[in-house]
Amino acid sequence: MTQRTAGTGVRRPDVAMAGGRGGAPKGARPGRPRRRVSGRLRRGVLPYLLLLPALCFELLVHLAPMIVGAVMSLRELTLFFIRDWSGAPWVGLRNYQVAVDFDAPLGRALLQSFLVTVAFTVLAVGLSWLLGTVAAIFMQDRFRGRGTLRAIFLVPYALPVYAAVMTWAFMFQRDTGMVNDLLVDQLHLLDERPFWLIGGNSFWALLTVVVWRSWPFAFLILMAGLQAVPRELYEAAAIDGAGVWRQVRRITLPSLRPINQVLVLVLFLWTFNDFTTPFVLFGKSAPASADLISIHIYQSSFVTWDFGAGSAMSVLLLLFLLVVTAGYLVVTSRRRTADA
Amino acid sequence: MRRRSPMAPPAWFVWLRRVTLTVLTVFTVTPVYVMLSSSLKPLRDVQGSFQWIPSVFTLRPYVDIWHTVPLARYFVNSLIVATSATVLSVVIAIFAAYALSRYRFPGRRVFSVTVLSTQMFPGILFLLPLFLIFVNIGNATGIALYGSRGALILTYLTFSLPFSIWMLVGYLDSIPRELDEAARVDGCGPIGALLRVIVPAAVPGIVAVTVYAFMTAWGETLFASVMTNDSTRTLAVGLQGYSTQNEVFWNQVMAASLVVSVPVVAGFLLLQRYLVTGLTAGAVK
Repeated sequence: MTQRTAGTGVRRPDVAMAGGRGGAPKGARPGRPRRRVSGRLRRGVLPYLLLLPALCFELLVHLAPMIVGAVMSLRELTLFFIRDWSGAPWVGLRNYQVAVDFDAPLGRALLQSFLVTVAFTVLAVGLSWLLGTVAAIFMQDRFRGRGTLRAIFLVPYALPVYAAVMTWAFMFQRDTGMVNDLLVDQLHLLDERPFWLIGGNSFWALLTVVVWRSWPFAFLILMAGLQAVPRELYEAAAIDGAGVWRQVRRITLPSLRPINQVLVLVLFLWTFNDFTTPFVLFGKSAPASADLISIHIYQSSFVTWDFGAGSAMSVLLLLFLLVVTAGYLVVTSRRRTADA
Repeated sequence: MRRRSPMAPPAWFVWLRRVTLTVLTVFTVTPVYVMLSSSLKPLRDVQGSFQWIPSVFTLRPYVDIWHTVPLARYFVNSLIVATSATVLSVVIAIFAAYALSRYRFPGRRVFSVTVLSTQMFPGILFLLPLFLIFVNIGNATGIALYGSRGALILTYLTFSLPFSIWMLVGYLDSIPRELDEAARVDGCGPIGALLRVIVPAAVPGIVAVTVYAFMTAWGETLFASVMTNDSTRTLAVGLQGYSTQNEVFWNQVMAASLVVSVPVVAGFLLLQRYLVTGLTAGAVK
């Protein structure tokens, strides 16, 4: 069952992401110059040769570790066995049982981290998408300073993650940071200086940073997509008396739909898997209210040196992402065909 | 081509646009301002309550950053790793994209699906096994992969590979096949056609992919924090060295952040047009 879902999950992204590129039949090309038999043979092998380097590296860095990870999750791979991990005892599914035993502290912490990540991802993706869409629509028409503004908006995306996040970490310092200075000393909105990087507020701090970093990406993609919408459509609509809001709803948003399908998925996967932002913002141990799943797994593995449990959690995470991606693509594709 | 119709947008729309874009600009720019202004502050300004304007403008932090931590070494490491990973990744991606765009062969779909789907997996999933694989290869063969720049280059090049291939396939598909045919008639082999005709025609796409690959490698933190040692440490990890047990030299952190950001941000902004073109052809078609 799981495998079947996983199968669709893997197949679908290609359909969505590569959509529209396999249109023209390129297999049989007329007018291809006549070659000798050896030439034909070479042509048969050539694409594989061209793909070989990419394939080798992908196998080494992505696929082999994935298999190794699945194997590791079935072993008791603690610090004790790390030097010679092939000697670690097999424990079957025990790592998984421990991971999903929600009555025990370890399982409860994982569940908590998972729920935080889901809530966080929904909010962050929603806000990033909203800001990106609004900005892209407002910047569709030419006006003075548009080019400069576009460059400014793209800066957060261009900055190296760690440099940007460190700046935010400085701004969120309780006593020396800009945020508290603004909220408490300048605007007098709060009486007391809150902590931002520990406790409940850390969720909102992390959300701010992630949205700040990822909305420009949404903006970039949507802006590129809007360039393909013919101006005549808007002119025709305007002549028919459609207002701005109507034009946005009837022309802009529908023509962005195929892009949105991919964009939202990509934003979801990036946010859900984000490690760097919480890692740089909070250090090795994130506060419970901002304990994203990646950092939780990192901690379970490298801080406690229990690689077996860490691998089991990673495999569970992967299965979850496959199921969500597959479900998302099935639902959105169906809606698209239904609407068309 | 982009002339706005006879019907100018209504006044409320223009005002809403001004307000919204202003708010977004403030949100976007504030951290950049904090970074810039704090990098020009003396240490006492960043230790007390926040100063919007430095009490004294000083370039001291820009001098100190090179001594507090071996920033130059981190810089060189990052440069070597990111450049090598980018060059290799782009070359490999061009070959792969050419095969996927111009040939139909068994296994083509499986390849593209497999490679693309690795993009969705969390880095944390590969980190532990890859760490163990490198350590074990090291133990078995004596080649010290773990902690070396080579291992990091290898890892980073595969990070940008899937997206680069995907974007380039889209771009190559938009280059008319007649170009290949013409090159073939002129006596080029398939590789000759790729190098002499396709690559020059695909420059915007290749630039876009190069920018993307370099940014990916330059900013990566997770693998850098696990797979490097003192001598191979990159900026992503090294920049965290400006804090001691008791205090953080925030003015130096900001100065260093700015110094490591300038090359990528400048490159990105200069080449963003290509990125939009590349995305339009590849991703957004």
